[in-house]
Amino acid sequence: MTLAPGQKKDKLDRLAELAAVRDDEQGVSLWRDAFRRLRRNPAAIVGAVILALFVLVAIVGPFLVPYDPAAPIGVQDGVVRSGSGIIPGPSSDHWLGYDHQGRDEFSRLIAGSRQTLIVGVVSTVIGLTVGVLLGGISGAAAGLGGRRGRWVDNVLMRFVDMLLSVPSLLLAVSIAAILGPSPITVMIAVGAVSVPIFARLLRGSMIAQSNRDYVLAATSLGVRRGKIAISHVIPNSLAPVIVQATLTLATAIIEVAALSFLGLGTQVLGQPEWGLMLAEAQRYLGVRPALAIYPAVAIIITAFGFTLLGEAMREALDPKLRK
Amino acid sequence: MFRFIVRRLLQLIPTLFGLSLLLFIWLHRLPGGPETAILGERGTPEMRAQIRRNLGLDEPLLIQYGRFMKRLLQLDLGTSISTKREVTTEFLQRFPGTVELTITAMVIAIGVGIPLGYLAARRNGSMLDHASVGGSLLGTCIPIFFLAYVLKAIFAERLGWFPAIGRQDSGIGATHVTNFFVLDGLITREWDAAADAIWHLILPGLALASIPFAIIVRITRASVLEVLGEDFVRTAEAKGLTERVVRRRHVLRNAMLPVATSIGLLTGLLLSGAVLTETVFGFSGIGLFLYEAISNRDYPVLQGFILLIAVIFTLVNLAVDVSYSLIDPRVRVR
Amino acid sequence: MPLLDVEDLSVTFSRRGQRTVRAVDGVSFAVDAGEVVALVGESGCGKSVTSLALMGLLPRRGAHVGGSADFDGTDLLALDQRSMRDIRGKDVAMIFQDPLSSLNPVIPVGIQVTEVLVRHRGMSGDAARKEAAQLLDRVGIPDPRRRLKEYPHQLSGGMRQRVLIAIAVACQPRLLIADEPTTALDVTIQAQILELLKDLVRDSGTALIMITHDLGVVAGMCDTINVLYAGKVVESARRKELFAAPRHPYTVGLLRSIPRLDVGRGEKLTPIPGSVRDVLPWSEGCAFAPRCDRQIEACVGEPPAMVPTHTGHSYRCVNPVSPEEKP
Repeated sequence: MTLAPGQKKDKLDRLAELAAVRDDEQGVSLWRDAFRRLRRNPAAIVGAVILALFVLVAIVGPFLVPYDPAAPIGVQDGVVRSGSGIIPGPSSDHWLGYDHQGRDEFSRLIAGSRQTLIVGVVSTVIGLTVGVLLGGISGAAAGLGGRRGRWVDNVLMRFVDMLLSVPSLLLAVSIAAILGPSPITVMIAVGAVSVPIFARLLRGSMIAQSNRDYVLAATSLGVRRGKIAISHVIPNSLAPVIVQATLTLATAIIEVAALSFLGLGTQVLGQPEWGLMLAEAQRYLGVRPALAIYPAVAIIITAFGFTLLGEAMREALDPKLRK
Repeated sequence: MFRFIVRRLLQLIPTLFGLSLLLFIWLHRLPGGPETAILGERGTPEMRAQIRRNLGLDEPLLIQYGRFMKRLLQLDLGTSISTKREVTTEFLQRFPGTVELTITAMVIAIGVGIPLGYLAARRNGSMLDHASVGGSLLGTCIPIFFLAYVLKAIFAERLGWFPAIGRQDSGIGATHVTNFFVLDGLITREWDAAADAIWHLILPGLALASIPFAIIVRITRASVLEVLGEDFVRTAEAKGLTERVVRRRHVLRNAMLPVATSIGLLTGLLLSGAVLTETVFGFSGIGLFLYEAISNRDYPVLQGFILLIAVIFTLVNLAVDVSYSLIDPRVRVR
Repeated sequence: MPLLDVEDLSVTFSRRGQRTVRAVDGVSFAVDAGEVVALVGESGCGKSVTSLALMGLLPRRGAHVGGSADFDGTDLLALDQRSMRDIRGKDVAMIFQDPLSSLNPVIPVGIQVTEVLVRHRGMSGDAARKEAAQLLDRVGIPDPRRRLKEYPHQLSGGMRQRVLIAIAVACQPRLLIADEPTTALDVTIQAQILELLKDLVRDSGTALIMITHDLGVVAGMCDTINVLYAGKVVESARRKELFAAPRHPYTVGLLRSIPRLDVGRGEKLTPIPGSVRDVLPWSEGCAFAPRCDRQIEACVGEPPAMVPTHTGHSYRCVNPVSPEEKP
């Protein structure tokens, strides 16, 4: 077999190419890799689209609503008399009809996205901050070791155990009941529920990380422990915490609704919020069940968006599922 | 094993002590206070003060807490402000209802969740798999009380298949021995009473089962998928064992371990959910009573019930840990 | 007529969204009754996939098996699941690499031994337990009655592998496949396990397919050796012949990388450069060419064919090592 000169060069190039180490196998970071796989997951895309829509509506929605969501237009127009049990349904002017106080339901639903987003995000941030502080200190203390370290870790973890020993809704109920009715109460109560989850998660993954070989290697090279914690352990331990935060946003919105249902919800004056709308609508189920269905569907879809994205992120970051 | 249980019980003490302290302090900062609940908004300042004195609410907090702890150790959790009966009595009378409800929900969640999760894993990537994963994610996003109302509206009010409220039809005139109505019916051989109690459990049980069900489906699926890839399943196949034996003895037995661990977690969810479902279905258990205590600002009930629930929840978790060590020989305590 | 005649076996894996991979690419070999045959090669050469294909243990979805494997008149690759289940563990049995993960962690080892007796030999209860204890005794486990009640994590690594061997030989199979049976074990235990396998095979007349990456393991016990590279057999010979006069450069490389006591202190082990991933597809020439130090122009372009010699020795190389050259 004879080869044309050009052909032969191709063959040798092919051999060289095969022998070379592929670039893409080196230095692909955890996050970039996870993001790449996230983009290929249809569930993640659906979740992200739902959330993008939700955030968009929450930002611009309140400016675009046809009526003032707090104004009892129906009462002024004489169509709704409070306590009469007559609540008119959809019409061409009022697409989803009125609520029990004669306010435009469509406007309330759109405007309600903002408070719902704020309540969900704020309570998650409260839970995340306190949880990360507790878990971070505890994990660092456990990692440092020594009698004092173990003591700090133990005390903090007993506190976390205590929070965990009360079923979540009851914990939220007790806190909401104590702090008294105010909008921030609900957020603190709902945030408190997720504190032990974040704390445990971060502590657990920090301890797991600090037993990894690269930390041992850094320690043996004489790198200071504090520096290791800040530059290696914490960044690598945060992935599960971020996933959990996404999932917590979903549960927070649902818990807020549950607290409202139990009579512990409050709103910023006149501002509609889906959980409270749903809870209030329960009393009018016999008259206009749709008043409950609208906010319920809105809550379910939004929570579903957060859950889809959170689960997809968990999958993307799971080292067992990689490769 | 014994030492393991004792150690876990000892760990419970600081937790409960801290919990009682926190509950005490927090609940005493309740705005409005029980006098508002008793008098309404009309009471004069003198009447309010009088009620506070009668309830011992004017003394220093430390003394109040000391008294509270002393009684606590005698298992005396005080009297309910609204019913004037002992909190412990109220709890014991209502707890069986909640137990029946949570067991019903657990039976539904496990009985349907495990087979569905197994099938989804076996047909990984199929329509059934996608539907059960998607459905279970969606299931965790539905507020329980909304689901309860929907079930009640459709199956009780519209179709009339199930009763809408209560634990049992009072017209049956059932005898109650243990306050577990189903059990009572079986003991006294009042079959219709037992059947009626079960009938009342189904709708609230379904509503309460929704989230545990969704979680069990997903844990089972993930765990079966993992076990199916294990070497020992390949060994079992290499032995030529029948599919049934491979499935039961090798796949399911191992796949059930994470599911068993999750049952402790699910108990917390069930107790939380019970407050909501019992309220919707007027189902007389601790949940409904707690709801009423919240609206009546009935401190002793809130305090006592939450403390008792925490104890029970912790004991359930202990039992789960112990039984886990029975099914997984690797973690058996040396 | 051989007991097992594998003809042109090929296995391709295809998964949605991923490149199809041809893990086994036309492998042929034969095993006579009572014979010990080795499949040797680096990880990724397709030797394990070959064994799983013969056992019908490849995943049902995504794996496509071609060719034939005639076992005493039946084609193993053409059998349906149900008939395959009747053969597996009874006529053809297999021993796996990692004895810890290959045993069910939550079931006593006794049940894992008896269940195969119950399935294929119709034994039950006491009879099965008695037979299981005898089997454990035969594979060299002391105090077998007590061991039957223990769980895998309570046994040592060597002991676990003995249990797996006991399970495999429980029904006196005519063919035993051992997939890297000693890789996960300590060196001292490795020798004991190999000795045990050798004895069992000799005493029972069972044929054995030994799958390994280690020619040293093969040296003491195999009659015929097949060297695999990138899914194809590249050299096949009787043991003595292969060790004395290897023809394929890859085999030579494998032999050179065995540590030996009889060479001088100053001599170094010579590893084969590169890794199995640096492969040329067989359709473009010899897959080993990118790593081969005897590479010539003719290596690239056409797939090399198997060259037979008069002694039954055959190799797949266009520029073979001459038999006179000492490796």
